[in-house]
Amino acid sequence: MSRPKIARKSTIVDMTAMCDVAFLILSFFILTTKPKPSEAVPIQTPKSVANKTVPDKNAIMISLNNEGHVYLSVSDNATDRDKKKSMLEDINQRNNLGLTADEIASLVKQPFIGTPLAQLKQQAHLQIAQISSKNLPGIPAQDTTNNQMIEWIRAAAAAYAGDHLDLILKGDNVAKYPVFKNILTAFKKNEQFKFQMVTNQANVPQGTELYKQNVSGKAAAL
Amino acid sequence: MAEMDTSGGGGHKKGPGVKKAKKLSTRVDLTPMVDLGFLLITFFVFTTTISQPTAMHLGLPDDKVKPEDQNKIKQSGALTILLGKDNNVFYYEGELAPDLSNFKASNFKDIRDEIIRKKQQADTNLVVVIKPNDESTYKNFIDILDEMSINVVKRYAVVDISDVEDKLVRKTEGEPVE
Repeated sequence: MSRPKIARKSTIVDMTAMCDVAFLILSFFILTTKPKPSEAVPIQTPKSVANKTVPDKNAIMISLNNEGHVYLSVSDNATDRDKKKSMLEDINQRNNLGLTADEIASLVKQPFIGTPLAQLKQQAHLQIAQISSKNLPGIPAQDTTNNQMIEWIRAAAAAYAGDHLDLILKGDNVAKYPVFKNILTAFKKNEQFKFQMVTNQANVPQGTELYKQNVSGKAAAL
Repeated sequence: MAEMDTSGGGGHKKGPGVKKAKKLSTRVDLTPMVDLGFLLITFFVFTTTISQPTAMHLGLPDDKVKPEDQNKIKQSGALTILLGKDNNVFYYEGELAPDLSNFKASNFKDIRDEIIRKKQQADTNLVVVIKPNDESTYKNFIDILDEMSINVVKRYAVVDISDVEDKLVRKTEGEPVE
């Protein structure tokens, strides 16, 4: 019996389609990823099961680093910069800091405020590259007698009056509780009773009540 | 194809004896390009951090509210959690007994069982009082708030630690306290 001869097929596969797919996916990934904004204050945030994203406008972020230094920054877009300017003008006036319009403009451009009120003038003359938590001592909030956060939050609340304001607190894992408490006091004194804390997302532990709620499809009451 | 005839020479047309240039195939082997493409994809997938920072909401109480307007908590449903240094957790139920018999040490792993147990026992009366002392860190505070949301505790309060409790925590942690 003679078997019918099977035609030998070429082993070469047309790679064009695969190549197209690979580069399509690649361009998708490149275009959708947002580069992580370089942070002048390095902070290791704790983890939590909270699942709401951090707002990026109309927000004031208070950073609390591992040494307990406090820095204040305003979200980076045109309207928020205007608010930051009015905040600084307000602070300047009330505390007689004697900042010139140029100095205020330079402070608005800088990524964050990180000095006691008395040294704001010096900070205004720093280059943006020099603005980092290494060079700046932070806003005093360590003791209750000289808690300048109260003044800053007051100015912030005044600048955002009638507008929505999100207060965001970003604290480091090892920051001590008393400084955090002083920031809370500053919030309370200015009747800002709602704020958010930045955390890294963690999975809800299995078998817990929240886990069961999430599985059953009910919205978690946070 | 796109190549130009650069042979130069006398300017005469190729004679009949000249061999015709072989037509090259237009197909290019795309295998290395595919390799490169997928290599880059894997690189991007592994280097991008997926974890977007999330925000935890916290409402603060108004200190100006008069004591008579404030909600009283039932002692039977109260669980007080004290946070100390080195991730130490202490807790007691109801009021602190004068002989300290209900003051217990715990840690962040075991406190969950305690909260669950107390929640089942106290049901709707449950109020967790969180008292961090000066040695506790921000992480401890977030962790304990996280426990509240994990165990769906609706009512909890952050309260300043009292002197007695602070001394008790420090003493239990082995700090010499007069």
